Amino acid sequence: MQRRLSTWLLLAPAGLWFAVMLVLPLCFVVVFSFGERAAAGGYVPAFTFAQYANLPARAAAFKNTLMLAPLGTILSLLIAYPLAYFLAMQADPKWRTLLLILVIVPFWTSILIRSYAWIFILGGQGLPAVIDWLGFGQVRLINTPFAVLTGIVYGYLPLMVLPVYVSLERLDKRLLEASADLGAPPLRSFLQVTLPLSLPGVATGCMLVFILLMGEFLIPAMLGGGKVFFIGNALVDLFLQSRNWAFGAAVAVTLVVIMLVTVSLYMWLMRRIGGVRDDVALM
Amino acid sequence: MTDKIDHISRQQFMEELRRYQKGSVTRRHFLGVTGLGAATVVLGAAMPGLIPRAAHAQTIGDRVVLATWPNYHDVANFDAFTAESGAAIQVNVFGSNEEMLAKLQAGGSGWDVFVPTNYTISTYVEQDLIEPLDLVLLPNYDTAAFDQRFAGPGTVDGKIYAVPKNWGTTGFAVNTNHTGGTTPSTWKEFFDLTQTTFSGRTMVHDYQLTTIGAALKAFGYSFNSIDPAELAMAEELLLATKPHLFAISSDYQPSMRSGDAWMTICWTGDGKQLNRDMPEIVYVLGKEGGELWSDFYAIPKGAPHRDAAYALINFLLKPEVNAKEALFHGYPVADARLNALLPPEVLNDPILYPAADLLNALEFGAAATLTDPNRAELMARFKSA
Repeated sequence: MQRRLSTWLLLAPAGLWFAVMLVLPLCFVVVFSFGERAAAGGYVPAFTFAQYANLPARAAAFKNTLMLAPLGTILSLLIAYPLAYFLAMQADPKWRTLLLILVIVPFWTSILIRSYAWIFILGGQGLPAVIDWLGFGQVRLINTPFAVLTGIVYGYLPLMVLPVYVSLERLDKRLLEASADLGAPPLRSFLQVTLPLSLPGVATGCMLVFILLMGEFLIPAMLGGGKVFFIGNALVDLFLQSRNWAFGAAVAVTLVVIMLVTVSLYMWLMRRIGGVRDDVALM
Repeated sequence: MTDKIDHISRQQFMEELRRYQKGSVTRRHFLGVTGLGAATVVLGAAMPGLIPRAAHAQTIGDRVVLATWPNYHDVANFDAFTAESGAAIQVNVFGSNEEMLAKLQAGGSGWDVFVPTNYTISTYVEQDLIEPLDLVLLPNYDTAAFDQRFAGPGTVDGKIYAVPKNWGTTGFAVNTNHTGGTTPSTWKEFFDLTQTTFSGRTMVHDYQLTTIGAALKAFGYSFNSIDPAELAMAEELLLATKPHLFAISSDYQPSMRSGDAWMTICWTGDGKQLNRDMPEIVYVLGKEGGELWSDFYAIPKGAPHRDAAYALINFLLKPEVNAKEALFHGYPVADARLNALLPPEVLNDPILYPAADLLNALEFGAAATLTDPNRAELMARFKSA
């Protein structure tokens, strides 16, 4: 009995926070999504599917987000994995902590300021000037999907490096010795031992980055010049400029549904791969 | 630290205190003889919070929250206000009237003073979001000194809800290094150039009134049109132009200065600042017309520091202070009292005070554009396309 009470007490703060700050606002958003825009902007109660019927008007935003978010996640992974591998497997333990801190250092400055720095790096007098000077002709980098992708990968890389690093660092090195003793060349050891065992870290990193990217609006606004439009930008516009709360709510609900479906599919897939790995581990 | 103050014993201190309490010595004698006066001066100098303030400091509180636009105030004036009144100014910066309205509609903005544009004020009154001003508390506002053309929109149903800050125009700025000697002079040329030789070099505002207004003007329609057929034409032009734009942003100065952008929709003050630093960038008012606007100071309903709000507006309307503001932001002020305080080159500047024929072609923004759902959605579609 006492145990149950303590369980309740331990869960109460998080549960209350969850209910008041997440579930309740989400209910409001769902209710609003069936309403209408008030004459001067805002919301008037109604029951209509008109907002959902109007969703194709934001098709480009959904398309941009659903293309650049997964692409950004994959690019982050491709850059983060070798780095995490180096940190966990090859870096001198003396330097490891320092190197890890260097990965986290960018977080000490606001992403807003770091994005401003990228505006200058990618702007006409930055990288393009160097490329031109080297004789490769004139290129436009700022306010393109490339600039947004660069900003995204730069901004979210640490979130990918850390979970992958942790999973590689915890890996039982004796398994690699065993693999080598049994005659597996290094590449085969990596593909059959290291990579499968680091998958939980990869899965966590991808999930972290992907979920945050789906809601991103700052980097597209700053490095895309308002021309590379994410769902997050559409939401900012609908609530802060055109003040169409009902349509904004419908876009938000749609985003949540897309996220739930994608993340569930992803977790199911990861469990299947993970399941196979467990069988191997048991053998 | 060397201590020059002669110490007195505890007993002597208590005796002096009693003499002071009985009234047999003055406060000055008491503070001097006990060293408390010197101590207060030293402490006061070391802690800004203890610097003596004007008598009304206690009544207006220690802060005032101002919602305004970027690059719109001389910070030295803010410091002077804080030194004089004891109230620190907390500044929130916004990029569009829509954003300001959205914040006030959502409630709990915490603003004491904000800076709405002429065409929004009647909507704020209808929505019951601002309060009529008590002019007794604004002795520096001299109705007679202000040009009614720019002060008028502050009055709704015979009540004054807002007092004028400064006015300006919306035209475009173009870098003449790239025009080959012929400076565009119309909105039609603005869009034609963008789709041809200026492709990838033009910026438009992230603001429905001016961006849709400019496209409407290119067809010769009213800047304020809410006619669906005319808006459809404007949308078609904007969508055709979008692939050729450098960016959709109201923060165009950095890109114009770096040379990434060659042309942008532009407000008077930004045009002035760009032209002052880079003479090759000129400010143009489209021959078809465009926007004439006036910004105001207003107090939202339920302002948490109402007294400080009045004190701040009154301070900023003082001609000497307002003249410094004008020199900083580069917009014309409709207060005749400022004419004696501003240098002649400012008063004769064609960017600030355009020729009458150009000025007459301009329109004030209309209240309907702020709330019209079609204009709002058109802008959002243009951005997300």
